[in-house]
Amino acid sequence: MSTKHSKAAEKFLQDSKMAAWHNETLWMVRAKRDKMSKEVPEWEELRNKACELKLYSNSHLEELLLEFEKNATANGAIVHWAKDADEYCAIVYKILNEHNVHHFIKSKSMLAEECGLNPFLMERGIDVVESDLGERILQLMHLEPSHIVLPAIHIKREQVGELFEKEMGTEKGNFDPTYLTHAARKNLRHLFLNAEAAMTGANFAVASTGDIVVCTNEGNADMGTSYPKLNIAAFGMEKIVPDLDALGVFTRLLARSATGQPVTTYTSHYRRPREGGEYHIIIVDNGRSALLSKPDHIKTLNCIRCGACMNTCPVYRRSGGYSYTYFIPGPIGINLGMAHAPEKYYDNLSACSLCMSCSDVCPVKVDLAEQIYKWRQDLDGLGKANTGKKIMSGGMKFLMERPALFNAALWAAPVVNGLPRFMKYNVLDDWGKGRELPEFASESFNEMWKKNKVQGKEESK
Amino acid sequence: MSSREDILASIRQHTQTRYDQPDIADMKRLSYPDKIEQFCAISRAVGGTAVVLGEGEDVNAVIRRTYPDAMRIASVLPDISCATFNPDNLDDPKELDGTDVAVVKGEIGVAENGAIWIPQTVKYKAIYFISEKLVILLNRNKIVDTMYDAYRKLDGQEYQFGTFISGPSKTADIEQALVMGAHGARDVLVILTNTDNEMGDILQPPWRY
Repeated sequence: MSTKHSKAAEKFLQDSKMAAWHNETLWMVRAKRDKMSKEVPEWEELRNKACELKLYSNSHLEELLLEFEKNATANGAIVHWAKDADEYCAIVYKILNEHNVHHFIKSKSMLAEECGLNPFLMERGIDVVESDLGERILQLMHLEPSHIVLPAIHIKREQVGELFEKEMGTEKGNFDPTYLTHAARKNLRHLFLNAEAAMTGANFAVASTGDIVVCTNEGNADMGTSYPKLNIAAFGMEKIVPDLDALGVFTRLLARSATGQPVTTYTSHYRRPREGGEYHIIIVDNGRSALLSKPDHIKTLNCIRCGACMNTCPVYRRSGGYSYTYFIPGPIGINLGMAHAPEKYYDNLSACSLCMSCSDVCPVKVDLAEQIYKWRQDLDGLGKANTGKKIMSGGMKFLMERPALFNAALWAAPVVNGLPRFMKYNVLDDWGKGRELPEFASESFNEMWKKNKVQGKEESK
Repeated sequence: MSSREDILASIRQHTQTRYDQPDIADMKRLSYPDKIEQFCAISRAVGGTAVVLGEGEDVNAVIRRTYPDAMRIASVLPDISCATFNPDNLDDPKELDGTDVAVVKGEIGVAENGAIWIPQTVKYKAIYFISEKLVILLNRNKIVDTMYDAYRKLDGQEYQFGTFISGPSKTADIEQALVMGAHGARDVLVILTNTDNEMGDILQPPWRY
């Protein structure tokens, strides 16, 4: 009966020390976000404006993308359009192949993860290097990110130390994060200087100027693009914003929501190619335009990938990114997976207690939990409703519609108190896993009311 | 290209309600009674340092005093006499590797987050990222309250590349332990001057190629 998520979560929780660390650390990031947001009196107004800006831009994509294309082209960039993941990968490969690129340096891009860019290029003989520290650690370990902003949050320093000892020749047994980070700085410096092409994603694409805006703390995107003459940027079309003023809203929300910083260290605007260089920009659809026709789910396109919904989610914090079957985990990942291919990713819908905390922290007001609730209503239509729960719901409906039977059942309920454990907690009872049944009262509220035993608030008069 | 047409057609076909563009100009915004004080405080919070240049004090003396061991100091600014080389004279940005200190000029400071807008006014933007320590000169009268105010000022500005820098390069990718100096400068010193002239006049249009 369990979903893939709950089974994987069970495995994650077996290492109870790591699971507790994961939970507490992400909660600490959430707390930093709270502190930062409270220092901005207009925080809620910013969230409202950010949401309205996204609803505007995502309902005017044709105009804004064409405006962007016109301006970027005038700036000297070469603009490409990719319908889907395959076309996006093919365009990147074609550009690299035409320039005879073998060493390719990349900054973090969720779009590249979405489209499987790295394996595609590596199969074709291109050495792709991820330059974000967390991404680089995972690339060397042959693992996927487990969080969109803190990709290696599930990896311990000892693992990084052992990896770097092997890959970068660091001292055996030295697991100090500062030492290891600076070893990676030295190691990657060489790769930055000698790459033949660099690629970035985009946090924002500005229609009115043709700017691509990339936010990092490490400076890895900027280091990567500073040496090769060939640069590529790619963005999912919902990253478009109308103008620089709009950035005056989004850049105030992004880092505060993501990591509890007032802003990322670098907020870089790429406008023109460097002298003697080429700058390619790829605009990617990959299912986004089709999502525009689903009014209930259109707000998932608001997402600015800050990860706040993961940090706050009690289920994500206690189950880890790998428990989800879509490459983006947490509340936004549940929704994006469903928007992409519901029949493939419906398992993730169980990873939500409907506590609504995600909807509460989202800087662009994606109605995350509300949408999960809506998707759950569609499960039966997909033929993916849980059989046990369906039988239970059917039974409950039958009972609720028959008061006499309901009261009789209630009267008989205390019998359960005396049943042996094996009858109450067994494989048939998913609910009883990790939970204890309450004691059924010998008399129901209904009976007490009828016997006038309920005194209510009158005594306090 | 046909994909372009297909994508645009798909957008047209699927777009439902068209929402209006919100008015964000009238939004109330944070404002600080003393922007310089706030800027210095937030600079410390993001791991950097901001100092106000004293009356009659020489920028070069401050830089030398702060980084006495620096061997290679890069700057294109004419008044930076402590510079040991002009990065614009190089033929390849790779030659900038091993720069100890770079001295550059910022155009707008942001009081709410310590970010400084640096439009590219050098041949290779690498200098903003590759040097071990970065010194940013900023006219203290050019500090605005929020990012929104900064972006208002960027409206209509021309640049090839530009970046807001707030403090040193950092990462917490290993167990959320904060480490300065991931790939960019390990250390950022902002010197707040009183006029633009103290740093020499480089206010020609940015580099164009």
